[in-house]
Amino acid sequence: MENIAVSVKNVTMKFNMSKEKVDNIKEYIVKLLKRQLMYTEFTALDDISFDVKKGEVFGIVGLNGSGKSTTLKIVSGILKPTKGSVQVFGTISPLIELGAGFDHDLTARENIFLNGYVLGYSKDYIKEKFDSIVEFSELEEFLDVPIKNFSSGMIARLGFAIATVVRPDILIVDEILSVGDYKFQEKCEKRIADMMAGGTTVIIVSHSIEQIQRLCDRVLWLEKGKMKELGEAEYVCGKYKNQ
Amino acid sequence: MMKENFQNFYKYRYLLFDLVIKDLKIKYRRSVLGFAWSILNPLLMMVVITAVFQNVFKSNIENFPVYYLTGYLFFSFLTEATNMSMRSVMGAASLIKKVYIPKYLFPLEKCIFCFVNMLLSFVAVIIVMLVLRVPITPTFFAFPIPMLYLFVFTVGLSLFLAAANVFFRDIEHLYGVFTTAWMYLTPIFYPMEMLPDFMTNVLRFNPLYHYVLYFRAIVLGNHMPDLHSNLVCMGFSLIMLIIGIAFFKKKQDKFILYI
Ligand SMILES: Nc1ncnc2c1ncn2[C@@H]1O[C@H](COP(=O)(O)OP(=O)(O)O)[C@@H](O)[C@H]1O
Ligand SMILES: [Mg+2]
Repeated sequence: MENIAVSVKNVTMKFNMSKEKVDNIKEYIVKLLKRQLMYTEFTALDDISFDVKKGEVFGIVGLNGSGKSTTLKIVSGILKPTKGSVQVFGTISPLIELGAGFDHDLTARENIFLNGYVLGYSKDYIKEKFDSIVEFSELEEFLDVPIKNFSSGMIARLGFAIATVVRPDILIVDEILSVGDYKFQEKCEKRIADMMAGGTTVIIVSHSIEQIQRLCDRVLWLEKGKMKELGEAEYVCGKYKNQ
Repeated sequence: MMKENFQNFYKYRYLLFDLVIKDLKIKYRRSVLGFAWSILNPLLMMVVITAVFQNVFKSNIENFPVYYLTGYLFFSFLTEATNMSMRSVMGAASLIKKVYIPKYLFPLEKCIFCFVNMLLSFVAVIIVMLVLRVPITPTFFAFPIPMLYLFVFTVGLSLFLAAANVFFRDIEHLYGVFTTAWMYLTPIFYPMEMLPDFMTNVLRFNPLYHYVLYFRAIVLGNHMPDLHSNLVCMGFSLIMLIIGIAFFKKKQDKFILYI
């Protein structure tokens, strides 16, 4: 048990997919009286179970809409599963939506603090790491510019720099390596590789099956919310490519 | 479990304060008069209401401007905080969908923000007291006690409304009607003696009535309310807080599916 970082057991996630959402009391009562209160449920994840070992690099592949992001959100605690349980051993740093929590009217400097607080860092910690965040994001000249004037690449750089300034026990990466230019992607990948070398457990989702095959130890293949394969990266990626 | 919650709260305290500061900056940067507005607004209200009541209704409440302001201060804090809190979870939708944050931070932040505003407006009360030469006695300095009771109550109600509003958006409108009735059921600008007996009994079920009376007793009446009054105030505050927390906690995992 002590060498497990994340344990996902029989997780099912259902979303409410009613065409017209009942979001007020009046409609609710009318529909209740007419007995029209139906919820169309959509099962985004169906009985998913897997363990991620400490220090492992774990990949998730699957077509669009197969439930990869939903799985990552459940592991990070953003979503609570409808059924099943998730246990996480250690601190977690999710790179799911870079720059979530940025306020576009504030400057880059103010946003570094705001975003740091959103991630649960302390003020002193952010002060201490401020320079290295700025250096990594290469935004020295734009520190006092409101980020609404930034390109999406610049925002992603800043978001990545803030989220990765800590050395978490578990790093969660959702297709973020496809943003920004080629040079920045390399830089991000290098930083993630450094963390891996330092023993950080990584769960990664990527469009690029080559990247997954190159980086991961084990891979989970999702298809329409169900587990299709779970095993060694070579084996699962090989099958995925030949489907 | 309890300990975990507190640790979590402690971890996010910087975010809480940063959000409060941000709201304060926005509020006071945008209005030309800046902080002065928080003081001026209750003063202007006071002038209007005093003129109406003393000339039209021939009200004979002693120190009417202060009588009115104390009630107005508490009532506007309660309604402002609850109304802002109610929309706060929806307002933070984009954040809640993308990162893990304790969701109660959003209504709590609005309550703290409005509390700071109330403290600023309290300066207006002091100014009026000085101008009208109402004596400021030692009991006056007990003013944080009723404010604290009111704050705890407001946080509880805010949590409840914020959670309910995610599922039923028209609660906002219903609550608007409700607060109008609430205003008339609170002795803000009329004297208690004016009410028939049965109304006085109805008012006893209104927590705000007890908070306002407590506040006036120390600011104007120059006496500390007895143990019984304190227990009543505390009781209302704690019960509301527990209801609010329990309801919010039960519903919060479903927020993301509705926002
Ligand atoms: N909040 C939500 N409400 C309703 N449906 C959702 C929600 N989030 C995701 N889904 C649905 O769940 C399915 C899986 O989505 P997702 O996990 O984002 O897939 P992937 O990341 O593999 O492309 C999709 O069909 C998507 O429409
Ligand atoms: Mg996705």
